[in-house]
Amino acid sequence: MKKKLSLMFIAFGALAILTGCEPLTVFDTKGPNAKTLSDTIILSIITMAFILLVVYVLLVVMLTKYRASKTPADYEPPHEEGSHVLEIIWTVIPIIIVAFLAVVTVKTTSTVESQPEGYDNKEPLVIYASSSNWKWHFSYPEQGIETVNYVNMPIDRPIEFKLYSFGPITSFWIPQLAGQKYAMSDMLTTIHLAADDIGSFMGRNSNFSGRGFAEMEFEAQTMTQEDFDKWAADVKANEKPLTEEKFDELLKAEHVGRSSYSSTHLEFRPAPMEHSEHMKMGDMDHSDMDMSEDEMDHSKMNHEDHSQEKSEETHSH
Amino acid sequence: MSMEEIFHPLKEPMIMGAAISIIVGAVVIAVGLTYFKKWGYFYKNWLSTVDHKKIGIMYIATALLMLFRGGIDALLMRAQTAVPDNGLLDAQHYNEIFTTHGIIMILFMAMPFVIGLMNIVIPLQIGARDVAFPRLNAVSFWLFAAGCGLLNLSFIIGGSPDTGWTAYFPLAGTEFSPTVGNNYYSLALQLSGIGTLLTGVNFITTIIKMRAPGMTLMKMPMFSWSILITNVIIVFAFPVLTVALALMMLDRQFGTQFFAMQNGGMDMLWANLFWVWGHPEVYIVILPAFGIFSEIIATFARKNLYGYKSMVMSMVVISLLSFLVWAHHFYTMGHGVMVNSFFSITTMAIAVPTGVKIFNWLLTMRHGKIQFTTPMLYALGFIPIFTIGGVTGVMLAMSSADYQYHNTMFLVAHFHYVLIPGTVFGVLAGYHYWWPKMFGFRLNEKLGKAGFWFIAISFNVAFFPLFILGLDGYARRMYTYSESTGYGPLSMVSFIGAIGLAVGFALIVYNIYYSWKHMPRNEKADVWDGRTLEWATHSPVPEYNFAVVPTISRLDEFWFAKKEGRDITAGKIEKIHMPNNTGAPFWMSGFFFLAAFFAVFSLWTPAIISMLFVFGFMIHRSFEDDHGRYISVEEVMATEKSLRGDK
Amino acid sequence: MKIDSSLPLEYSTEENRLKIFGFWIFLGAEIMLFATLFTVYFTLHTRTGSGPNGAEIFELTPVLWETFLLLASSFTIGLGVHAMRLGNKKAMMTFFIITLLLGLGFLGIEIDEFVTYVHEGATIQTSAFLSALMTLLGTHGAHVTFGFFWGVAILIQVAKRGLNPQTANKAFIFSLYWHFLDVVWIFIFSFVYLKGLIS
Repeated sequence: MKKKLSLMFIAFGALAILTGCEPLTVFDTKGPNAKTLSDTIILSIITMAFILLVVYVLLVVMLTKYRASKTPADYEPPHEEGSHVLEIIWTVIPIIIVAFLAVVTVKTTSTVESQPEGYDNKEPLVIYASSSNWKWHFSYPEQGIETVNYVNMPIDRPIEFKLYSFGPITSFWIPQLAGQKYAMSDMLTTIHLAADDIGSFMGRNSNFSGRGFAEMEFEAQTMTQEDFDKWAADVKANEKPLTEEKFDELLKAEHVGRSSYSSTHLEFRPAPMEHSEHMKMGDMDHSDMDMSEDEMDHSKMNHEDHSQEKSEETHSH
Repeated sequence: MSMEEIFHPLKEPMIMGAAISIIVGAVVIAVGLTYFKKWGYFYKNWLSTVDHKKIGIMYIATALLMLFRGGIDALLMRAQTAVPDNGLLDAQHYNEIFTTHGIIMILFMAMPFVIGLMNIVIPLQIGARDVAFPRLNAVSFWLFAAGCGLLNLSFIIGGSPDTGWTAYFPLAGTEFSPTVGNNYYSLALQLSGIGTLLTGVNFITTIIKMRAPGMTLMKMPMFSWSILITNVIIVFAFPVLTVALALMMLDRQFGTQFFAMQNGGMDMLWANLFWVWGHPEVYIVILPAFGIFSEIIATFARKNLYGYKSMVMSMVVISLLSFLVWAHHFYTMGHGVMVNSFFSITTMAIAVPTGVKIFNWLLTMRHGKIQFTTPMLYALGFIPIFTIGGVTGVMLAMSSADYQYHNTMFLVAHFHYVLIPGTVFGVLAGYHYWWPKMFGFRLNEKLGKAGFWFIAISFNVAFFPLFILGLDGYARRMYTYSESTGYGPLSMVSFIGAIGLAVGFALIVYNIYYSWKHMPRNEKADVWDGRTLEWATHSPVPEYNFAVVPTISRLDEFWFAKKEGRDITAGKIEKIHMPNNTGAPFWMSGFFFLAAFFAVFSLWTPAIISMLFVFGFMIHRSFEDDHGRYISVEEVMATEKSLRGDK
Repeated sequence: MKIDSSLPLEYSTEENRLKIFGFWIFLGAEIMLFATLFTVYFTLHTRTGSGPNGAEIFELTPVLWETFLLLASSFTIGLGVHAMRLGNKKAMMTFFIITLLLGLGFLGIEIDEFVTYVHEGATIQTSAFLSALMTLLGTHGAHVTFGFFWGVAILIQVAKRGLNPQTANKAFIFSLYWHFLDVVWIFIFSFVYLKGLIS
């Protein structure tokens, strides 16, 4: 038993060392969103290590002190009903820990779900990232360009990814910059992030989506605003526009390499609309029995026709 | 569909091998039964039995078989990912294997193991002669077996489901999954799910209505409590699965639009329905394990369970919360801060009652006299390992942090850290603990302990690295990865652990053979010096369980009676009413199986004809005038004498 | 078999009491089944795609007839159980027959309703709304159909074997099932049809 416990501690030690020497991807953050999450994770690991320690110490004490070989042969264990004091202690302390973590969760969730702090005065760059089969399309409405399987972003400017899918649910994830989120066919989701450093980062779909899933990666490259503007202008000037036929061809393909276009598919194939929070809750609860009229209209519009005018209308969260 | 398409999985050499081994196995069993002239015995004593103990044994036998089927899947997965860019399996094969691994381990290994143990133990533990509806119990088992057989058949005919055990739409829809794999999914799970639902009805009635005189609910052993709560969860959760699977079938085979990408369909609805069932399902397989550990820790610490009332309360709270947390499986769906926070808090709240249980188990051992038997080792191994699963669960419950854990190996490590030390250790502990009650001889302790150490250590070797890999950005369900990711070395460690696990499980099965050959027979009824009623009757248990049903005045009555030198099974023997055996559940489920099999291939005419046979059996049952039979006093006395006399 | 004559026939043996209790649990599962179907319906009822919405296809008159027939059948089966408790086999059978006929009438109207929808181009494949609607209605209708055959089987047994603990128990459990279907229908009537017609 003890052997196993020490094994555990070695393993945990190994984790600590590993995180110390060569940071694991999730801890090797390059932007405020990922940094918030990394800090949250480390905080929770420390809290949990404390709980583990309590349980392990108690277990070791029980197993060493009260094993049959250590007690006299005629020892008869007493009848114990339980203790209210102890029960209150081990109910209240976990409640306090959980409450603490709950506060952290709510705070950090709202932090990463809004524009990164310190960038409040800057207009975010909106990039539409959509998945089809096993590839990613990135549309830059502001620059009027589109790329496939790679995304370039300026540093020091907040970025807003608008995610959706032309097929199975996928999950858009650049672990060093931000946490992941689903891309789905009938609802637009948003990731807020910003990059502090220049570099090339692994991005991928992390939600299983069929045969080509393992290879569904893209490169996320960050660069200075100047370089970014230069690149965007270059694409706009030198690449062919993305026609509807070309886009349909792209959608059908399974895996493709990188490519760039001087127009976006949003013009002829607009993204789905964003989702109101109520709809989501209402899915399973009975609360949508009293769904208000305007939401009903909204959801109807939302699904009646996919190719409606692109709408920026959102329900504020 | 052409013959070639139907049998396309057989082109794969490994699947061909699996198919051949299944067929050879079936032929060997059939030849063996014929050679030893055991068909009659087999049909009379097993296929047509309504005895809860035999049904329980059949459940456990199936579970062990499926443990190996799912285990081979697991080994193949770890082997494929042991080194970067491995070509052992292609993407399609890997996808089928992780899908069937999940389905089989949860629904055809953990569930039947738990249900098998509850079948064997519950009537004994509450002092009942049978379950409330013995025939329904046989129907439950055979429907489960039909579903299990159907899913395994998919491997050979038509292709297995390949979209994960969660089968998210639109991926699982016909557009992206045109093969019959997901038809197998919806129909096989539907069959076994109905069986499980009926089990739920049966055991709630049994536990509420058939307890021994004097055994109030708060004098009921903890395992019985856990099973009562589990079955309440089953009755409330499984209908959701029934509906979800029916809608899946309608979408795939009748062109409805529930989860479609057009005409108003909603892919997120499937995820919600699946997890509204799926999360309570996790507690369906974990709560019985908590019950088993409670019994075993009390028995081998030689002390009563600490904090009985809070143990009951905590289980009730867990069962209620289990219905309020489903959305934590998809925080990343973009619900917004409010919804995510709500589900984060409900999820983390589960840690509180679970913690109460852990501390109660620890305190049960205080002032005890701990004996390290095989079942106790599993219970003791459970505490430290499961706690890791529990605390990582709290970490995953934090919706913000989950954006980094979701869909990664961290999650995979977490739920294996919960399900293996929880459910698997639990059922293995129960299996070693109650084995003598089932068969009248013990399993060899040395082999049992060796098996435990192999499993406990290898488990950590296999799964701890996955936490680290997850934090390094390793997404789950990838059939391969490139060398530059650096996932290679730890994945190899994990593979080595998986081999160790396989050795451990092989030892457990070898122990059956070894103990059957070498262990002394005619063990006394109360091998472990137990506390609950199942130890008051003979091993193996006579058909009628108790010649005289004991009267109960307190928790652990049997334990106190032993100390006071009372025999609680003494009393006047009366004639005992028992149900008759019947082959109807077996044949009816057989036709159900045929109907589902034809439905997989959308062959509606034979499917409907098979269903007519099923209804025929139901009508026959309704008109049948079978009032069971009586075992005479003389017969009971003779059985009792022979069981007692041999000791 | 011990028979407790102080209790009504359907409760008189231990086995009977278990069966009634077990059936209540089963009805609990049925409630969850229909609750899930209702939830699916309410989630999808505005998602009509290019198909019609509820207000466009629902017709009040047949639905009112369906409601009337099913409510009446719930009343007559209550009378049937009352007659059974009084030991009046003939009255009991008459009321059960009326109940089943009312059930058949309900099914007839419902089938006609489905046929009308399909003629109007509103099939189960048209939109998520119609898929959900027809699955909900169809599941209820299938329950009524099953109940019809079940009721016939019980009537044959009562006719052949008279009222004894077994047949009384079956008839009583059947009445619980029938009442349950009525309750489900009231929800369908109010929240599917009335609400659909209003909006």
